[in-house]
Amino acid sequence: MSIKHILSAVAALALAGGAYAAGADLGQAQKQATNWTAIVMFGLFVGFTLYITKVAAARTKSAADFYTGGGGITGFQNGLAIAGDYMSAASFLGISGLVFANGFDGLIFSIGWLVGWPVITFLMAERLRNLGKFTFADVASYRFSQTPVRVFAASASLVIVAFYMIAQMVGAGQLIKILFGLEYLYAEILVGCIMLAYVLFGGMTATTWVQIIKAVMLLGGATFMAVAVLLQFGFSPEALFAKATEVHTKKEAIMAPGALIKDPISAISVGMALMFGTAGLPHILMRFFTVPNAKEARKSVAWATTWIGYFYILTFIIGFGAITNLIQNPGDFYVGGELAKGLKGGGNMAAVHLSKAVGGDLFLGFISAVAFATILAVVAGLTLSGASAVSHDLYASVFNKGCSSEQELRVSKIATLALGALAIVLGIMFEKENVAYMVMLAFTIACSSNFPVLFMSVLWKNCTTRGAVVGGFVGLILAAVLTVGSASVWEAVLHNPKGSAWFPYNSAAIFSMTAAFFTIWLVSILDNSEQAKKERALYPSQQLRSETGLGAAAASAH
Amino acid sequence: MQDVLDRITKNPKFHEFIAMRNRYSIIMAIISAAAYYGFILLVAFDKELLAQKIGAGVTTLGVPLGVGVIVFTIVLTWIYVRRANTEFDATNEAIIKEAQK
Repeated sequence: MSIKHILSAVAALALAGGAYAAGADLGQAQKQATNWTAIVMFGLFVGFTLYITKVAAARTKSAADFYTGGGGITGFQNGLAIAGDYMSAASFLGISGLVFANGFDGLIFSIGWLVGWPVITFLMAERLRNLGKFTFADVASYRFSQTPVRVFAASASLVIVAFYMIAQMVGAGQLIKILFGLEYLYAEILVGCIMLAYVLFGGMTATTWVQIIKAVMLLGGATFMAVAVLLQFGFSPEALFAKATEVHTKKEAIMAPGALIKDPISAISVGMALMFGTAGLPHILMRFFTVPNAKEARKSVAWATTWIGYFYILTFIIGFGAITNLIQNPGDFYVGGELAKGLKGGGNMAAVHLSKAVGGDLFLGFISAVAFATILAVVAGLTLSGASAVSHDLYASVFNKGCSSEQELRVSKIATLALGALAIVLGIMFEKENVAYMVMLAFTIACSSNFPVLFMSVLWKNCTTRGAVVGGFVGLILAAVLTVGSASVWEAVLHNPKGSAWFPYNSAAIFSMTAAFFTIWLVSILDNSEQAKKERALYPSQQLRSETGLGAAAASAH
Repeated sequence: MQDVLDRITKNPKFHEFIAMRNRYSIIMAIISAAAYYGFILLVAFDKELLAQKIGAGVTTLGVPLGVGVIVFTIVLTWIYVRRANTEFDATNEAIIKEAQK
């Protein structure tokens, strides 16, 4: 199967309604000529961030420093870091590529990725900060029995991290072939090793700074491109759209909604996964413990929402800029100089080609380096949250209660190494696989397991350990099983005949999340054990702390 | 410390305050969800409306609406954070101070 076939298959899947998932995937890509400018730029980025890691390493002494950077990060900085964690290479290249191909549909898609943030701001951020210390399981286990809650939280977190990580690692391998012209295998080893250096030596402080630098570079680069595009049209969006509809093969259809949303149930279900899944992603939740108090936690989400929203508006302009700049110049940007053969490197390369069109080779190198650095930073954040689930939730709270901070730190470093190795192995294993569904699956699991458990444990006084753990696992398993039955896995991955998928929607969230909440409620009200009574009696004191911040862990005081 | 906590728990102002703040958070969450789902349902059921042109050019109603949902989400977030970081935090402080006397 040629690259073009695979890409058109991905595009067809996208139009068939799987677009939400496909946009987060970079597909299979063909190796391009070695791009030395990009490699040098990337080298500079890595050199600079490793220097920061070295400085941070001198300060990483306790487990608190490792997990939360000692709590000394401001709301504004943390907002940038959260935005850095969230703005992946797939969203930058995938959404601008979707706009390039379908116009308006790309905007619908990007709005979906923003709606999770208000939910976190209004309902979760400050309560998380007030109740938690290192991981979100600290929040849920405030009044619940430690062992079952921690085991649940660690399992759900590791599953989410694994799916998210595979999508990132495979994306890294595909990207390095197009952007740098290097082998897939190099990408896996490069990302794995540099990421390990950040996390092992610099912990959360270094990871946060890597995210901040990368977010600034990505926002700066995208702003430059959007301004350059608007400049061509005298800052008139109407003039830009007019030109785009003139040159695009779909003409004025690119200004209207197309086939992105097919059936309302899928639309609502995907919306739920994005809206509540964001509030259940362990690497995002972990960021709330890096700031000193609830005030800064709120500021961080507000800044994160601002940057992410701004970024999506930019990708919309960039996509249209790519339409007006690339289609008229097939000789430079299209395979064999023919429009019919598609963009060099595939449809997701629209933003990368545009960077060359507006800024020459040097800027192309910069954007390529930023795209790759983005993956690196996201993988580092994921690894750190996975490692903290193992060392803080499993080791220090279940297997070796009362261990010292040094022991816990050592275990988290071993876990980081293991996760880094696992990331490389999974990246290589899944090279040829279709991973389009994985990010969506991570969101679906997050909204059906972590989110309901967090939400109910904090806000419902009758919730008990038994209810939370049983409900959380029901949501986790149902989300995974139903996703396997959907077309994007059953047909596209498991190669069952077309039309045989037994779960007809794009996302399981509407069923799995509802089931999780219902199970938590049912099991909790039926739970009349002594333990349950104790847990309910503890609710007022938990509420007092979550609402006022009295007694909240002062991360910077360690 | 324990009697400070007890005094706060017994203070009716505290319960009024958190009930008010929770109501505010939930209303804000519902407004933001309504904006998003309103837009998505328009996409699902009334594509013609979004495809309608505004003015003489090619720009459709969908573009300002879509960008509007993004901007609205950001503005809503800042409205909440401003109020929480000033008014709510001040009330919270006052309740804690009162209990510490």
